[in-house]
Amino acid sequence: MFFLPILIPLISIVLLIAFRSRLKFQQGLSILSVFIQLFAAVSILLKLSENGHLVAQSGGWPAPFGITFVADYTSAILLLAVSLVAIGSIIYSIGFVDFDRQKNGLFLLYQGLLAGVNGALLTGDIFNLYVWFEVMVISSFVLITLGSEKTQLRASVKYLVMNLVGSMLFVAAIGLLYSQLGTLNMADIAYKLRLQPVPPLVNSAIMLFFVAFGIKAAVFPFFFWLPASYPTPPIAITAFFGATLTKVGVYVMLRFYSLFAQLDVTFWQPVIFTVAALTMIFGVLMAASSYDIRKILSFHIVSQIGYILMGIGLFSVAGLAGAILFIVHNMFSKTATFMAGGLIYLYKGSYDLKKLGWIYKTKPLLAFLFLIPALSLAGIPPTPGFFGKFLLLYAGFDGAHYTITIVALGVSILTLFSMVKIWNEAMWKPEENSVDLVVKKIQPAAWTGTIIVVALTLLLGLTIGYTYDYLADAARQLLDPSLYIKAVLPEQP
Amino acid sequence: MSLLMAILIGFLYAVSIYLLLRRSIVKLVIGILFLSYATNLMLFFTGGLTETSPAFTDIASTSEVVTASDPLPQALILTALVIGFGVAAFSMVLIYRFYKESGTVDLDELSEIEKS
Amino acid sequence: MKTEILKIAAAHLKPFLLILSLVVLYRGHNEPGGGFIAGLLAGMAYVIYAGAFGVSKAKQLRLAKPMFFMGFGIGIALFSGMIGLMNGADSIFTGVWTTLTFGDFSLKLGTPLLFDLGVYLTVAGMLVKVIFTVMEEDV
Repeated sequence: MFFLPILIPLISIVLLIAFRSRLKFQQGLSILSVFIQLFAAVSILLKLSENGHLVAQSGGWPAPFGITFVADYTSAILLLAVSLVAIGSIIYSIGFVDFDRQKNGLFLLYQGLLAGVNGALLTGDIFNLYVWFEVMVISSFVLITLGSEKTQLRASVKYLVMNLVGSMLFVAAIGLLYSQLGTLNMADIAYKLRLQPVPPLVNSAIMLFFVAFGIKAAVFPFFFWLPASYPTPPIAITAFFGATLTKVGVYVMLRFYSLFAQLDVTFWQPVIFTVAALTMIFGVLMAASSYDIRKILSFHIVSQIGYILMGIGLFSVAGLAGAILFIVHNMFSKTATFMAGGLIYLYKGSYDLKKLGWIYKTKPLLAFLFLIPALSLAGIPPTPGFFGKFLLLYAGFDGAHYTITIVALGVSILTLFSMVKIWNEAMWKPEENSVDLVVKKIQPAAWTGTIIVVALTLLLGLTIGYTYDYLADAARQLLDPSLYIKAVLPEQP
Repeated sequence: MSLLMAILIGFLYAVSIYLLLRRSIVKLVIGILFLSYATNLMLFFTGGLTETSPAFTDIASTSEVVTASDPLPQALILTALVIGFGVAAFSMVLIYRFYKESGTVDLDELSEIEKS
Repeated sequence: MKTEILKIAAAHLKPFLLILSLVVLYRGHNEPGGGFIAGLLAGMAYVIYAGAFGVSKAKQLRLAKPMFFMGFGIGIALFSGMIGLMNGADSIFTGVWTTLTFGDFSLKLGTPLLFDLGVYLTVAGMLVKVIFTVMEEDV
């Protein structure tokens, strides 16, 4: 039961290879597979309320020797969010992506990506984490080049090199850590770090981890590959990337900060805050100066990662709950805005804001579907973006970290500005040449996918009173790593 | 010996970064290969450099106590090598497609073609 | 490159390499060897053949169905992980062992070997697929 989120995508891959010539079967199986993953994620989340942590040792080897899989509230919430977004994304892709790409293994690669994401969320072993990351990243390499258009190939070179450098730094850090502590189990590493004075190379290993995941999560000095590569594949794929890849990178930062880095708070907190502030500012400024919908939204991914980092750095119940809420809200809102942008493209034949206009008049439903996630990204009340920002700002003022909090406030005004810019240019501006360049008839599946994810965004905002309990539980677990250590290594004192 | 190895690993990293920064994507792929070699070598020496402890011992047949070397880094390298193999295969197909599509292996030339 | 020497060598090397790969696969658990190396050997048999006779000829060989082997290999590897679950273990990838005895000759089998077989098929399939893709477009 516990392994279902990992096993289901892998089994789906086998079946998808076996029936690779039947498109209808592939589509149906992909949707079925994500629904089973959703069911598995819900069951894990429900079981957590009894135990606190779910631990499984693969191969039956006891904790520090075998590969451990651990679920706590954070990973269970993210598993649930990923499977929900995946449902919307796959349905959207059926309607949006051309048949050539669909036949050439789109669904197979989606399942590969999901296997990597779910594995990375559940694993409790750093080398295993690397393996799941590679499963995820290699699937995304192929997804980003799928179709082999010239722009895609050029962008994929940047994507490949940056992600590979990140992976190699990650492995180097694992090597350093192993040579110092002699273990790869995350709980065991955390336990050993708390026992003795930290050996000097451990700090460099953690710094290497920070750089590696900084590249994966696209934080400040390492973010430039993301806006260069994300806009090139079909936007359905970009939407799915935006919901999974960077978010898993940030999740690992959250986990590692809670287990390892917070031992040295005086060093790490200023580093995290500086990086977070610069990530927010640079992302949003670049977004404000772009005129391509995909570029604007890609830069916003970067900017929003800054908020999540800020929550990690604050390291209080409200801050961490805000960070987790922000990850989930970003998965929903960002994917939904990308999807609505894709529908605009199908309808008007362009992503360029200067060429768009008057969608509000001709397609009010589409304008509405774009409006809700855009408001959520900007942080307007009934949407989850508002509650995420509220929690972060509250935690920031509460912990007396004024600089970062004021930066976050300023950045959220600029975010609102660029969302309003898209709205004004694409929706309200009278169109100069009102020729409808309908690229392709919009498939009902594309509409359904968008509506699902927009509805999820709204639902998350409206049920926040209920979900906050889970978020706060997750934050409390992260605040007290000894619970995690005790759950994995019950014999240790 | 371990100093020599450290210098070797550093040298490999330097080579790979030099190649990664070149404009030609063929050199870039070679750089990727060197990067993973350097990292794998580093992973290998995390188990400690020993001359006398073998990787495989048959405990049943030897009377004296033989200390085997740490098998975990070797298992890790095997995994990392396999992943590196997959990435190398992918990047070679990628540069091949890249060349077929654009007729050049030079990244700067490509951006000039795109501009004009 | 299509010389007679290579053609004759490739035709004879193919069965030899395939058998050798199976030997390497079997001894993999306790001695140097294993699924990955064996898969490379098996894949190389087809790559050399394709180098000598051309990809179109190599594709007509009876066992040259790389996608099938990749899927089948992943399937077997996953299945080996779940045998333990079916036998009542708590977790995936729990080892299950049996010994087949034919008179004096006994064969030790277990889920790690099954997993290695999956790796073998996947690696061989992937190698053949990648090299065929690149070689095919060359012509």
